[in-house]
Parts: sequence; structure tokens; C-alpha cells
Amino acid sequence: MLSVAGLTKRFGSQADGVTAVDDVSFDIRPGEFVSVIGPSGCGKSTLFNIIAGLQTPTSGQVSVEGQPVRGPHPAVGTVFQEESCFPWRTVIDNVAFPLELAGLAKAQRHEQAKQFIDMVGLRGFERRMPSELSGGMRQRVCIARTLAAKPRLLLMDEPFAALDEQTRLLLGDKVLQIQQELRQTTLLITHSITEAVQLSDRVLVMTYRPGRLKRFVTIELPRPRSGDAVTSPAFGAAVASLWADLREEASRGMQEAGG
Amino acid sequence: MRQTAAPLLGIGLVVSLVLLLQWAIGVGLVDEYTVPRPSEIAAALPRLVTEEHVASRFMVTVGETFAAGALATLVGTALGAALYRWPLMRRSFEPWVAVLAAAPLVLAYPLFLVLFGRSSLTVVVIAFASALPPVVLQTVTGFAAVRPVLLAVGRSLGMGRAAEFRRILLPAALPSVFTGLRLALMFGLINVVGVEFLINLGGLGALINDLSERYDLPGTWAAIGVVVLVSVCFFATLDGGERWLRRRG
Repeated sequence: MLSVAGLTKRFGSQADGVTAVDDVSFDIRPGEFVSVIGPSGCGKSTLFNIIAGLQTPTSGQVSVEGQPVRGPHPAVGTVFQEESCFPWRTVIDNVAFPLELAGLAKAQRHEQAKQFIDMVGLRGFERRMPSELSGGMRQRVCIARTLAAKPRLLLMDEPFAALDEQTRLLLGDKVLQIQQELRQTTLLITHSITEAVQLSDRVLVMTYRPGRLKRFVTIELPRPRSGDAVTSPAFGAAVASLWADLREEASRGMQEAGG
Repeated sequence: MRQTAAPLLGIGLVVSLVLLLQWAIGVGLVDEYTVPRPSEIAAALPRLVTEEHVASRFMVTVGETFAAGALATLVGTALGAALYRWPLMRRSFEPWVAVLAAAPLVLAYPLFLVLFGRSSLTVVVIAFASALPPVVLQTVTGFAAVRPVLLAVGRSLGMGRAAEFRRILLPAALPSVFTGLRLALMFGLINVVGVEFLINLGGLGALINDLSERYDLPGTWAAIGVVVLVSVCFFATLDGGERWLRRRG
């Protein structure tokens, strides 16, 4: 489905440049939910931008369904870290936006958009403006808008980063539910260990600068999972194992940033 | 409830001030040879219609303001978009546009008279020149303030430059552009009436000039009231236009 091979991205000149992503390779199978986790400054967002086709790599290749990515790929849907609703459009017209670009008639695109609005739990808010919604609701509108384009690979860059802990857990539930419903292949960038464990089939741990692949961890928790799964011992064990990996990287990041 | 309260409060304030003035003149606090009574000003209005052809002068002023405003809108948004598109141009020219905005262009009216003759064209050109800078500045500011993530959404959906402009940049910048248009309208109308007054030609400005030279103070004030009416009409049209465009998003 998604194949990343030998991906490297350097910023600046050879001498004093920064290597954000260094020789990263991995694959995602159809229907799989994979999270990329790493400390701040490990090049997660750079990796996201390259897979989304918004940045070009220095070397290496990304391919989606066997086709090399050289710009935004129609099979890939992206949800950004920053809330990105169009403030001049109602909820339904935000969600229907990709369908409008595809040339669907109004009645048809609204009908389809409603399905995705239901899916993210915003029924009844179709005619509201984004300014009337909370941050979590707006991010759900963005997720629905991305899903409406029917991407075969869903890319999310810390979509819950700006939200409070309770909203994050509930939204995590929502994303899981959607993932079960659509069997949506998903790549989630996150810095939250609980989020990664709660949602993923596999978690990819990245090192602090340069961003390399440190470990691929398979999460063996049974599905369907919900927010309640966070209380189980198996969940705790998975979190602890990931934290052991990350702690090393995060403290190295803090030292380097401090010194 | 609150939606109707705001305009009512506004109208209430104006009416109260007018009544206060009427009372102040009545009791001699304000000299009635300096400021005519509001009731006299109102009474002068029918005279303006029958004797001074205020309707056709109204149309002349509206026409000139519209011409200057429409030109400023077309040229100003295009220039604003160009300054946004080419940052070097923006850094080079934006300060000069701001300087032009602050220049009292109307004082150069003799120059424009020589260039364009004593005609409506002179009025329109001066009004256009003073209405242009706010449109350019507000357009470029509006475009530059569009959140990059909204443009990233467009790119991730594979939108081209034209679609991005039409569907993201323009609607996102619309409130700022319309602020520019409102300012342009104010500057344009002030200059239209001012130049009409100075060269005693055509519309309401020339009428105000005539009436004041005849010491017809109630008539003068009534004509100024008609100028206010012109701006009310334009503002209502702009508001309607903005709402319509927003709905089309």
C-alpha cells in the first residue's frame, strides 16, 4: 500500500545543514493502522510532508500503491496538525469540498458529506459555521472532509495535539471506530504514547536527530479497542516498553537542545 | 431581538442628537444664523427637489463615485494580488502605495484640471486615485494573512493555482478586501464631492457650493444630508455584495 525506501531529507548546505530524516524505510499493508512516534524534532512532520507529497526528499522514494509519489497523490488524504476548516463554509460545505472539486452536484455531495459527518459524530451541526464549534469539533470536520475524498491511505499529523486529554481519548475512540468501519489504511504521526498504543497495529519509533527508524513495535492488544482499553495491564506494558525506547531519545534531544 | 436592537439604538442616537440640536437652537444655546434648525433643514428638502434638480445631481454624484469605486476595485485587487504573488514587488512598492494613501491628492486638483479638463473625468480620476491605495493595501494584507495550512489543504487535494486562488485565497481574503472597498468608498465619495465643490461642476458638491454662496444654509445642510444618503446606499450595496459572495464561497 505505502512503501518508504531509503528516505533521507537534509535541510541547508552539506557543511552546516540538518538531516531531518535519515535513511528511513518501512511498508504499510492495506487496512493497517501504523503510528510514527518520536520526540520533538525527530523529523516526524518532515516525514509526513514527504509522504503527503508536499515536500521532496533529498534521496530515497515513497510509493503509494506501487506508484512513486512526486506531489500530492489522489489516493492519499491528509489531516493536518493545525485545524484547517474553511471558516467561510458551513460544516457540510467544508466536508463536501473535495466532492465539489470532483464535480459532484450539490444534492449528491451533501448526501455523501452527511454520511461522513455522522461518522465523526457531528450530526445536527451540518449548517453551523466552524466559528461556532469547539476545537475538537473543528478537527473532526477536517477528518470528515479528508475521509469524504475517499483516500485509500489516510495520513494524520498529530491531529489531536492541540486538544485536551479527555477530548483526545474520545476522538481516539472515534478514529478507531471509523477505522473499523472503513478498514481505512492509516498512518498517524504522534508524540503521544497512549494514543499510539490505543490506535495502532504497529508503532514505528524514531530516534532524535537525525530521524532514523529505531524500532517497529507490534501492538498485540485485541480489537475492537476503546478508550477503556487504556486501563488494561497489557496496555500498560505496551506503553512502558515504548516509553523505555523513547525516554532515551527524548532525553538526548533535551540535552542537545539545551547544550 | 439583539439583531434589531443594534440598528434601532443607532437610529435612536441620531434622532436624539437632532432633537437636542433643535432644542439648543430653540432656547438660544446655539445661534440659529450659524446652524439652521433641523426642522428648517428638513423643510428645505422639497425645495431642493423642485428647484435645484437634486435628483439628477444625486445621480451624477452616484455615477462618478461608482465609476471611481469600480475602477479602484478592479485595478486595486489586481495590483494587490500582484504584490502578493511577487514578494519583491511587494517589498519595493507597498510603502509607496501607503505614501499615496496619506497624500492629500485633492490639493493637486489644478493639475488634474489641466490634464483632464473641467469635466466629470477629472472628478473620477482624482476620486479613483484616492480610493485605490486602501484597496491595494487591504487586498495584499488579506492574501498574505491566509493561514498556510488552508493552502496546504488545497495542495493536498491536488488543486491547481487557479482553483486555489478562486476557492481558497479569495474567500479567505474577502473580509479584508471588503474593508479596503469600504475605505475606498469613503475616500472616493469625499473626493468626488470635494472636487465637485472646488470646480463647481456637476453633482451634489457643486450644489452645496451654489447654495452656500447664496447663504441658503438650510439648503446647504439638506444637500449635505443627501450626500450622506449616497454613502448609505453604497454601504448597503457593499454589505449585500459581501454577504452574497460569502455565501457562494
